[in-house]
Amino acid sequence: MKGLKKKIDSVKPQFEKGGKFSKLHSVFDGFYTFLFTPNETSGSGVHIHDSNDSKRTMIMVVIALLPCCLFGMWNVGLQHALATGDADHSLFHLFFYGFWTVLPQILTAYIVGLGIEFIVAQIRGHEIQEGFLVSGILIPMICPVSTPCWMLAVAVAFAVIFAKEVFGGTGYNFLNVALVTRAFLFFAYPSKMSGDHVFVSLGDTAAVDGFSGATPLGQLAASSGPAEVLGVTGDPLSYADMFFGLYPGSWGETSTFCILIGLVILLATGIASWRIIIPAAAGGFFMSLLAHSLASPIYPVTFLSPLEQLSLGGFAFAIVFMATDPVTACRTNTGKYIYGFLIGAIAIIIRCYNTGYPEGAMLAVLLMNCFAPLIDYCVVNANINRRLKRVVIKN
Amino acid sequence: MAEIIRIKKGLDIPLSGKPSSEVTADNKTTLFAICPDDFPGHIWKSVVKPGDSVVAGQPLLKDKATGRIVLASPVSGKVEEVRRGERRHIEFISVSKDSDKAPEKRALPRDREQIRNIILESGLWAMIRQRPYDIIPDPDNVPRDIFVTAFDSAPLAGDILDESVLRWMEIGFKNLIMLTSGGIYLGVKAGTDIKSKYSKVYEFDGPHPAGNVGTQIAAIKPVNKGETVWTLDAATVAKIGRLCEEGVYDFSTRVAITGPEVKNPRIVSTHMGASIDTLLDGELKTENDIRIISGNVLTGIKVKKDGFLRFPYRQITVIDEGANADEFMGWASLSPKKYSVKRSFPAFLRGLSKPFDFDARIKGGHRAMILSGEYDKVFPFDIYPEYLLKAIMAGDIDRMEKLGIYEVAPEDFALPEFVDTSKIELQKIVREGLDNLRKELS
Repeated sequence: MKGLKKKIDSVKPQFEKGGKFSKLHSVFDGFYTFLFTPNETSGSGVHIHDSNDSKRTMIMVVIALLPCCLFGMWNVGLQHALATGDADHSLFHLFFYGFWTVLPQILTAYIVGLGIEFIVAQIRGHEIQEGFLVSGILIPMICPVSTPCWMLAVAVAFAVIFAKEVFGGTGYNFLNVALVTRAFLFFAYPSKMSGDHVFVSLGDTAAVDGFSGATPLGQLAASSGPAEVLGVTGDPLSYADMFFGLYPGSWGETSTFCILIGLVILLATGIASWRIIIPAAAGGFFMSLLAHSLASPIYPVTFLSPLEQLSLGGFAFAIVFMATDPVTACRTNTGKYIYGFLIGAIAIIIRCYNTGYPEGAMLAVLLMNCFAPLIDYCVVNANINRRLKRVVIKN
Repeated sequence: MAEIIRIKKGLDIPLSGKPSSEVTADNKTTLFAICPDDFPGHIWKSVVKPGDSVVAGQPLLKDKATGRIVLASPVSGKVEEVRRGERRHIEFISVSKDSDKAPEKRALPRDREQIRNIILESGLWAMIRQRPYDIIPDPDNVPRDIFVTAFDSAPLAGDILDESVLRWMEIGFKNLIMLTSGGIYLGVKAGTDIKSKYSKVYEFDGPHPAGNVGTQIAAIKPVNKGETVWTLDAATVAKIGRLCEEGVYDFSTRVAITGPEVKNPRIVSTHMGASIDTLLDGELKTENDIRIISGNVLTGIKVKKDGFLRFPYRQITVIDEGANADEFMGWASLSPKKYSVKRSFPAFLRGLSKPFDFDARIKGGHRAMILSGEYDKVFPFDIYPEYLLKAIMAGDIDRMEKLGIYEVAPEDFALPEFVDTSKIELQKIVREGLDNLRKELS
């Protein structure tokens, strides 16, 4: 590695101010710090630092996402095989079908998002920041598998510019970038974001008889009473199918099991806060229980049991990977409990009582993103009042 | 029985190079110096010239504004150098020791006024700090209370309580109590059996910063707007005790020579301001690419080999500088040698309490505050550190006051700075905030 380092160091001056490629300074710097941890030593304050940095943090989140991502690719293949009657269910066959189907989406998200980040970093003279490493993989995972790449590109560009860069970049945005992308797609191209045909990739093959590509929540929202949830071939889904995610949906978020693996990684490394996730699950459970006990055919989703509610759709994925985004969540510990609980409860309220939107998790997180600063403001003010009271008592 | 206070938030950083309890005397050092930068809040004026003969306890520097607070020579000998930096700013005044001549005994104080004056004239006043602002207190000010810590919980720190401190501390309290309208609060390590008539003893149990006086104030009686408290360590109290009882300022100190780059970490007994060169002579594993810190790794000052022991004259830590590490893809590292409280490195599998060899690299790029709640875990105050820091950065005086800036000193933000994923220089921000606040309000 010494040789590589020497080589890179020798071309470094060309990328610095006044150099031939000074316009690519941020890009060069980004790659340089990616390859070699900066040798910068502490100049003031503490002389030693914890080894964890922002790159490591983001990489841990990406690792936590991998189980969902890999499973999602396989499930894309599986749903395709079921829908088209393909009898070859071997692991690699299904996985690679899914892999090649979603790869263009992942590449689109990264190229567009990182491209904008590189340009903005260069204009501002900043170091390239790694926040988009996570957003870039999250975005395709929460979109239907058949989303066209150009739509994705437009949505990513919108989200990165207007939800993040205009506020100052990584660490300053108040809305979750991945969810803004999803919301943009949802409201700009509604026909491509819901319905029976977007969540299963058929490829060029015709579907089998009795095929229905609707997601479980989509089926329920369209039903008129307690209905059984069916898979793509028309067979009923068992609870295990729901838990392991063997049903159509936005491809990365169906498997509650894989999400739980990710959750364990995030909590063990101390990167996500249980103070958000546990209250969110509790809020969702509590609201589902309430809705279930007041179930009515007008709102057919209310017939789902709390466990089914937590396992289906994007709920689990949203509370583990979206609600915990530290930049857009509440920053005080007390605030996190309130924020988490309300996300869980509101997601289920939207899901049950707004039949226009089969899934409420996205809107719940975005809504609470907006309220997070207010919650924190109240928590911090309580601290201020406590401090003022101390003075008053003394006088 | 002393009241026991448990500190839950904090962290004992497992730095290698813990000193043994062996104490050796330093006979080699002849050059000693006082660095006025260690004593914030004043502009200092030299009162000696190179070549002057001084005795231990004779003033070398005076504060420019009042001339009442002095910094005294720790040894008897000849003034070697008055080193000046930019704009004639004094960096240090060094004295080469040529005799063991003891200073003349001072007249013993009898009342409050005399106690204050003898502390001022001896130079011990500069060892006291006040909150708010973490500066040397104004002699005319009467503090609400005085807080004394009797242990240092920082990484690899030695013990403060030795025989001489135990002998003189109570007498120190007896005199100091005259200077405050309130009481004296003594914070000791849990399990230390100390009885005191003139102070109220609290035992502190828990990780660093349990020994920081700021933590102790927050747990006992926080500082409010408009109040002033004084803080000092038990060693200084003992020196005040001896000064008031025998008329002698004792400049001796015990220094813990610590850190991963020290051959034989142990305690050395010497005098304040000793030259690093002779103190570390033959003690280092290597001479190249190291960082010598006077103090601990969290709040100490980086010094050169030809530098001097700096206030509070208790510890030297030597670590690897690491500037040539050239680590390939460090963010993907699976090395068991990388310490992180986040458990995102495999080192946690081997146990995070076993010693690690840290180097001085910041190990990442500077970012905006991204992760939340990191600071709170190691910050045992009823304060929201992130919000206070943001108020300081925004220069919002009103909000700084409301969020508790009067209760903190830069050292209280050392652990948050260590764990910070975004590598922000928190202590610097707090220091600048306190200085701004003082300027605006004076």
